Amino acid sequence: MSHQYNFAYLDEQSKKMIRRTMLKAIAIPGFQVPFGGREMPLPYGWGTGGIQLTAAILGKEDTLKVIDQGSDDTVNAISIKKFFKTTADIEVTESTENATIIQTRHRIPETPLKKGQIMVFQVPIPEPLQFIEPRRRETAKMHAYQEYGAMYVKLYEDIATYGRIATAFDYPVQVNQRYIMSPSPIPKYDNPKLNQSPAIHFFGAGREKRIYAVPPFTDVKSLDFEDYSFELESWNEPCSICGSTTSFLDEIITDDEGTRLFICSDTEYCQKRSQGGE
Amino acid sequence: MYVAVKGGEKAVKQSRRLVAKMRRGPETVPPIRTNQIEHQMGLGVDRVMAEGSLYDNKAAATALKQAQGDTMEAIFLVRAFRTTLKRFGTSAPIDTQDMQIIRRISGIYKDIPGGQVLGPTYDYTHRLIDFDSDEKKETPLKNQVPTVDSTEQDISPQQMTRVIDILRQQGLMDTASPTTPHKNVEDLTREPLKLPASRSIRLQNLARGDEGFLLGSAYSLQRGFGLDRHPFLGELRVGYIAVKYTPPELGFEIIIGKIKLTECFMINRFDGSENKPPGFENGYGLVFGQSERKAMSMALLDKSLQNSSNSDSKTKYPAQDQEFILSHSDNVESSGFVQHLKLPHYVDFQSELVFIRNLKKEHDKKKETCLEPSI
Repeated sequence: MSHQYNFAYLDEQSKKMIRRTMLKAIAIPGFQVPFGGREMPLPYGWGTGGIQLTAAILGKEDTLKVIDQGSDDTVNAISIKKFFKTTADIEVTESTENATIIQTRHRIPETPLKKGQIMVFQVPIPEPLQFIEPRRRETAKMHAYQEYGAMYVKLYEDIATYGRIATAFDYPVQVNQRYIMSPSPIPKYDNPKLNQSPAIHFFGAGREKRIYAVPPFTDVKSLDFEDYSFELESWNEPCSICGSTTSFLDEIITDDEGTRLFICSDTEYCQKRSQGGE
Repeated sequence: MYVAVKGGEKAVKQSRRLVAKMRRGPETVPPIRTNQIEHQMGLGVDRVMAEGSLYDNKAAATALKQAQGDTMEAIFLVRAFRTTLKRFGTSAPIDTQDMQIIRRISGIYKDIPGGQVLGPTYDYTHRLIDFDSDEKKETPLKNQVPTVDSTEQDISPQQMTRVIDILRQQGLMDTASPTTPHKNVEDLTREPLKLPASRSIRLQNLARGDEGFLLGSAYSLQRGFGLDRHPFLGELRVGYIAVKYTPPELGFEIIIGKIKLTECFMINRFDGSENKPPGFENGYGLVFGQSERKAMSMALLDKSLQNSSNSDSKTKYPAQDQEFILSHSDNVESSGFVQHLKLPHYVDFQSELVFIRNLKKEHDKKKETCLEPSI
């Protein structure tokens, strides 16, 4: 007994439903639109939301890039890429420039995105208020009435206790002056890349069954206060492979004594630079 | 018929005959052998050993066969067997640093000393049912991958530093206060659960607790019902380790066997308090066999229960509540009690009937008097 799966795994009706939800998400920037998320052959929490979005918009002419933690070569990125190669037989690439769709977990590439490109984020927890109020019925009301006081109180409490805002990744943003949105667990370093970006950014949460989006050229502001403005993390040393001083760096432990070195998290960017591209 | 005034004995006998028949299935299909279960259903066997609290592959495999693949029933069989075994002593504590690793990963560093060892995992497989698997001629594994047979237990003898010790070296985590394991370890299987429970008892409870219950509880923490931020997987390792024991009549240590274990360190950020500097804290999970889902759930719950055992902490959600978690984690207990409702309760229900009829009578009477037009 053998079984033939549809192009990009999902059946066309499911894909259509997802695309409709995506259109709604584009129309209400930053608003989490519920959708009938499907079971996928990869586990929840491993990118099922992103995979469903990619499956829904993928066409035969598309070129797909998949990254995980910035890298094209991590096991989960490889696995997802292989999934689409098998089920859709499309072109895959490591080049940010050449990709039409970039599915990502926890990073936005260092190479600036262009008009026409689509970013698909894998989202574990779409609700930015979840750790303040876990009950969904409550957070829905908070969003509807734009009642975001609790979020600002939390940020204020951070400042009162630690002298700074204590969120290092998944740093909340306000989209188009309206909805507070989770940018997914990207480092806050990547937040500014969302603001007025020429690309479309889609966010898919498979387990929580939510889709949201940031349309091109939309204001995305990281939450802060007038006297405590949003600040980015920085490193004291450059990347030890390509020497970049402007990219997000990963720490690598090289021996049992805990010797550390720092290298670019975006492997494609790093490779391009060290091969003398820029 | 379920209810019979007499004839219970005959009915039970017939039921046993039927279950034996159902277990065997059509006789045109050859029966499975327990050694097939032991080697080809290894993860199922591991779960039965872990929750059965008995490291015995053969017993677990046999129990699975006898229970028609019903995991909890098999766990129950193993527990009932375990309780008859004599306890002859306490082994020396194991040091997982000496583990012969078959799989070891960290979610917090891209690379670690000793390397990330992916090993056998379903994590990166695509969950597509291979309907042809039955018809496929199996090529001998030897020709596919030149691998060490994990059952041979001759895996890399290399010592691998625990990732958590790297964080300790950097002063980012409490140095372990190795409560030197003493001779008289508390034993949850010999003493009743007392609350509040020590960490050692809590870990024992979680280690034999139901995988599904632990998983659901840990998941609730992650969804904000108990955790206020994302936890990290410091390290997960699976491998074999020797168990050492000193028989009093010998007076020196001998190896009595090797067991497969899954160990997990889960890491949470700690922003510091008056007495404690900022850093990271960890939760711990250790389970028989390869059971990563369970070891990780256990580590998340361990941390959550450590937090809530501080006197000044507030318990707001179920997975922070020691009593809630520890009293409901055991599936032999819960499966028994939920299903005891199948037992006859005629007598109790008869009393309920009498009571409710009287109550109803009074209610009706009151209603009647209310409806009567007052003159």
